[in-house]
Amino acid sequence: MNLTAATNTDRKPAGETLLSLRNVTRSFGSVTALQDVTFDVRAGEVLGLVGDNGAGKSTIIKIISGMFPQTSGEVILEGKPRHWSAPQQALSAGIETVYQDVGLASTLSITANIFLGRELVKPGLLGRMGFLDNSAMTKVAREDTAKTGIRLPHLETTVGNLSGGQRQAITIARSMSWARKLLILDEPTNHLGVHEVEELLRLIRHVRDEGVAVILISHTLAHVMAITDRIIVMRLGQVVAEHSTRETTTSAVVNDIVGATEAEIARSVN
Amino acid sequence: MATPATTVPANDSWLSRRPLIKQQLLLVVALAVIVGIFDVLNPGFLGTDNISSILQDSTETILLAFAETLVIITGGIDISVGATLGLSGIIGSIVLVALGQAGFGALPSLLVGTLAALAVGFVTGLCNALMITRARVTPFIATLAMLGIATGLTFVLTNGVDISGLAPQIATWGNHVFLGVLTLPIVVTAILGIGVGLFLHRARFGRWTFAIGSNARAARGAGIPVARHLTKIYVIAGLLSAVAGVLVFMRLGTGSPLEGANDELNAIAAVVIGGASLFGGTGTIIGTLLGALIIGTIVNGLIVAGIQPYWQTVIIGVIIAIAVMVQERGRARD
Repeated sequence: MNLTAATNTDRKPAGETLLSLRNVTRSFGSVTALQDVTFDVRAGEVLGLVGDNGAGKSTIIKIISGMFPQTSGEVILEGKPRHWSAPQQALSAGIETVYQDVGLASTLSITANIFLGRELVKPGLLGRMGFLDNSAMTKVAREDTAKTGIRLPHLETTVGNLSGGQRQAITIARSMSWARKLLILDEPTNHLGVHEVEELLRLIRHVRDEGVAVILISHTLAHVMAITDRIIVMRLGQVVAEHSTRETTTSAVVNDIVGATEAEIARSVN
Repeated sequence: MATPATTVPANDSWLSRRPLIKQQLLLVVALAVIVGIFDVLNPGFLGTDNISSILQDSTETILLAFAETLVIITGGIDISVGATLGLSGIIGSIVLVALGQAGFGALPSLLVGTLAALAVGFVTGLCNALMITRARVTPFIATLAMLGIATGLTFVLTNGVDISGLAPQIATWGNHVFLGVLTLPIVVTAILGIGVGLFLHRARFGRWTFAIGSNARAARGAGIPVARHLTKIYVIAGLLSAVAGVLVFMRLGTGSPLEGANDELNAIAAVVIGGASLFGGTGTIIGTLLGALIIGTIVNGLIVAGIQPYWQTVIIGVIIAIAVMVQERGRARD
C-alpha cells in the first residue's frame, strides 16, 4: 500500500511514455478479438478507452493486466517488452486492475480483500510459515483508506454484507492503494450513485497527481470527458481514433464510436 | 464511494455479530442432546470406556472430514477420500507384512508402511489435482474417477481378502489407552487437527483457500496462484486420507479392503453439519470436528442400542439432507 508513501522513486516523470502497445493482436480460435492495436500510455495521464460492446476494450486490458497473453505484437512497459501469462506478473510490475464485475471474495472481510494475494505476515519464523499479521493489515488498511478519503464500513465486516456501491468502493480503494505505475479501471462507475461517481473522479485525479497513469474504460462519455486527458476509440477490435480531450467534443467521439460503415460490419461478420 | 459507514447496529447482540461462534455453540448443544438421549437409553454410555471408544472410532471420520473441509472451502468436493483411505491402508499393510516376513521389526516396518501409505495418498491427491486444474474436469467427476480407480486397485491387490499377518504390536499400539481416554489414533488426529486448523484459520494458506472458494476469478485477479494452491489442497486431502488409512489398520490389526467404503458420506456429512457451505468460501475445523463427533456418537449409540447397522448410512443421509436444508434457510434469511 503506497498511495502516498514515498516508494515512487522508480516512477517515470509525468508525460513520458510508460506503456506502449505495438500491433497487439489477440485471437480466440478463429475469432480475432484484437487486430494491430497500437497506442501509448503516458505517466501521470488519464487515458480514456471507449467503444461499443465487443470493440475489444476488455480484451486489451486483460492482456495488459496479465489475464492472458497477446497472440502477436508487443506490450512494452518502460522500454521492456513483456509477455505476461499470469496476473501476478503484471501486479508485481506495478499494474493494478479493477475488472468489470469480477468483484471481491464475498466471504472474507474488507481488510482480507484489500490485502488479498499480498497478505502481511508476522515477523520471524511464524511469518515464514505464512501466519498472518491481521492487526497490522487492519492498521495499514485503515490509514491508507483514510488518506484516500474513501469512507468504508468497519474493516472486519464481511464483504458479502455490503451494498454494490460499497463493494465497488473497496475494489477501487484496493487497486488505488497498490497501484505504483498504472491503474486500469474497467467500467468503475457501474453500481455507483451520483455522489459516489463524483468521489471516484476526485480519486482518479488524486492518483494521477501522484504520477500514476490511469486507463479508464467507460460507457458513460460524460465521465470520460470530465476526467481524461486523451481518448482512444476502438471499434471491432481496432483503434479507429485518438482525441485530445481538451480539443474534442462528445459528439465527435460518439461519431467515431458508432461510425462503422455497413461495409466494415459486413467484413467483420465474414 | 461516499457511502455512509454502515457499522453494525448497536442493539445487535454479541452473538449475532459472530455467526460462526453461534453456529458452533448450537453444534455443542446438539452433541450434548444426542449424548444425553443415548445416555438415558443406555446407562453407561457416558463412561470413560465408551467415550474413548467413540473418539477412537471417530478418528477415521474426523481425519477424512478435515481433508474434506479444505476441499469444500475451495468450492470443490472430494469423494475419493474413503477410497484413498482404503487403498493406502491396504498398500501400507502389504508393505508392513512383507517387511515383517523379511525379518524387520514391527516399528521399522510400521514406519516404512506408513511412508508407503502416504505415497499412495500423495499420488491420488496429485492425480485429482491434475485432472481438476489441468484437464479442467469438475472436482466431483475427477474424484469420482479416482474413487473407482482406488477402490478397484484395492480389490485387485487383495482379491477382496483381508491382509493378515501384521505384527501383533501394531494393534497393541493402535489401541493402547492412556490418560483414561487417549489412544495413538486420537492423539495423531488431534495434532493434525490443530495443525490444519492453524494453517486454515491463521495463515495465508487458509486465507487463499477461502478466497478461491469465495471467488476464484477475484483470487486469480489478485495474483493468487489458484491452480498451484488447489493442487496443494487436493494433495493434503490425499495425505490426510492416507494417515486415516494407517490408523485404521493399526486399530484393526489387519488390512481390510472394505475399509473406507462409504466413508466419504460421513466426511461430507460432518463438514456440512459443521457449517461449511458446499458453494465454497466458508467452513471451520472446529465445526467439522463437532460434526464428525455428532456422527461418531450417533453411529456408536445405534450400535450400543443394538439397532441393525445398515440403518447407519440411512440416518447419516437424512442428517446431510437436514443440515443442508437448515443452512439454506439461514442463507435465505440473510
